[in-house]
Amino acid sequence: MSAHSTYDMLRHLADSWGLLMMTAIFVGLSAWPFRPGAKVLNRDAATSIFKDESDV
Amino acid sequence: MVSALSRSGLWLVSLLIAVAACAAAVDTGFAIHMGIVALACIIGLIVTLRGVDLSKAILAPDQGRYDDDVIRWGVIATVFWGMAGFLAGLYIALQLALPVLNLGFEWTSFSRLRPLHTSAVIFAFGGNALIATSFYVVQRTCRARLAFPGLARFVFWGYQLFIVLAATGYLLGITQGKEYAEPEWYVDLWLTVVWVAYLAVFVGTIVKRTEPHIYVANWFYLSFIVTVAMLHIVNNLNWPVSFVGSRSYPIFAGVQGALVQWWYGHNAVGFFLTAGFLAMMYYFVPKQAERPVFSYRLSIIHFWALIFLYIWAGPHHLHYTALPDWAQTLGMVFSVMLWMPSWGGMINGLMTLNGAWDKVRTDPIIRMMVMALAFYGMSTFEGPMMSIKSVNSLSHYTDWTIGHVHSGALGWNGMITFSAIYYLVPRLWNRQRLYSLRMVNWHFWLATVGIVFYAASMWVAGITQGLMWREYGADGYLVNSFVETVAALKPMFFLRAFGGLLFLAGAAVMVVNVWRTILGRSREEAPMRDAAFDPEKDRPVVAVAPAAA
Repeated sequence: MSAHSTYDMLRHLADSWGLLMMTAIFVGLSAWPFRPGAKVLNRDAATSIFKDESDV
Repeated sequence: MVSALSRSGLWLVSLLIAVAACAAAVDTGFAIHMGIVALACIIGLIVTLRGVDLSKAILAPDQGRYDDDVIRWGVIATVFWGMAGFLAGLYIALQLALPVLNLGFEWTSFSRLRPLHTSAVIFAFGGNALIATSFYVVQRTCRARLAFPGLARFVFWGYQLFIVLAATGYLLGITQGKEYAEPEWYVDLWLTVVWVAYLAVFVGTIVKRTEPHIYVANWFYLSFIVTVAMLHIVNNLNWPVSFVGSRSYPIFAGVQGALVQWWYGHNAVGFFLTAGFLAMMYYFVPKQAERPVFSYRLSIIHFWALIFLYIWAGPHHLHYTALPDWAQTLGMVFSVMLWMPSWGGMINGLMTLNGAWDKVRTDPIIRMMVMALAFYGMSTFEGPMMSIKSVNSLSHYTDWTIGHVHSGALGWNGMITFSAIYYLVPRLWNRQRLYSLRMVNWHFWLATVGIVFYAASMWVAGITQGLMWREYGADGYLVNSFVETVAALKPMFFLRAFGGLLFLAGAAVMVVNVWRTILGRSREEAPMRDAAFDPEKDRPVVAVAPAAA
């Protein structure tokens, strides 16, 4: 493939399926902490840095 | 394990290679650099031969204690390089106002001292702060002792060697001429080795964690380490002219080279100066405020949005150049989108103080953190705005950019690092408290007023410059010559230098404070805030006899 057609192929991949895939992964990762039952886990994670203050 | 004899042998072989490279060097700069490497080998050899006891820290460490040696060195290095970098910054600011300070030598000219300043503050001050705090935070949040203690020590000393080679190289005129990526090929290779070791120590510690969840600060640190490795390698794909010389040429040329450079350059801002320092924010702000982060969910969204958006923003540095128009627009659009996660992160940090806002008044360290977050918010609003093409046509190449960078670097990176240092020093040296909280307050105000002078003068200077450059007369010719624009900016250059002086003065107060805290002294001073008490009024009311008629 010539340099230009490689560029053309990649450029069109980037603004179609590539963009769609990136968007889907991003949305999935961002939605993940909102899954049912994650509330408690999030709270535990947020307070985990204080555990060392209450060690016996 | 490795005996002292074989370690000495390793140092000796390295020394011989460095001396041979020094002798065979094709240019003076390379010879001097190999001399510095040889000196480092001699120091390593002497330390080995004097017989340091490795068993305690490296060979058989106590897994029930955190490994804080490297962190203590890192905090001292941060303070030291900070002073060096701020001082260099003040000096070059004065050079712009008073060109006589170039002194007539090439080694002390503005163009050689400027990269010394930028690298000293970003890589030496910021880098040491990131290495030290990341080793501290990863151990505390994983509840595990640092992995690969020998490698961790190599990371620290190897990074200092990188800094010394980079800094001396700039003065000698050894440069790739790439912003924030000035060091030449052999220094780049050395940094790559150090960085891979850093990654190994960090990931190794995460792997041996006892805490099941990996706290979000570690996500930010890890993304910073991994992305910087990728950026550094791709942007430094160079081929040396000679393997015993300091000159090399990049694989990429023309506009491709420019795009790779600004893909690197902007993500150095995004992942070195933002992600890494946000990691500090997500640990030290909740710890100092003694309350968990406002929303852990928001911190996850903040993380992924930064990762997915930042990497595309680089082309905004190349507006109105030979870069294809669509790529410029892409860079602009992603930069504008970055505004949202940045403010989400700022709000997350600030709202952590929800219900504890009084600490802003009573705790100067919290006050510094809040100011850092305010500057993070301000510069992450200003940046997207400046990336819009029509704004950029006015702001680009002017001092407005310099003002923007410094409100982010001094305000956000500086303030969050100072507050982390103030948090760490009493804990690392096992002191009851800092030498003086009032001096932290002094540092806060000197730094804040200094930044205001810096940013405000550069806004005025940048917009003046931008408007003067684009002013056409009725005959279609430019109205102003370049030197006229420089003359117009001169008062602003003095105001900027004054701001820098205040910021440096604040840092000097920090040096005294940190030094004396390490020595174990504490200043006798009135507390920052106490409930009002007036002994004069602390008495019963005596009924006054009515006056005789």
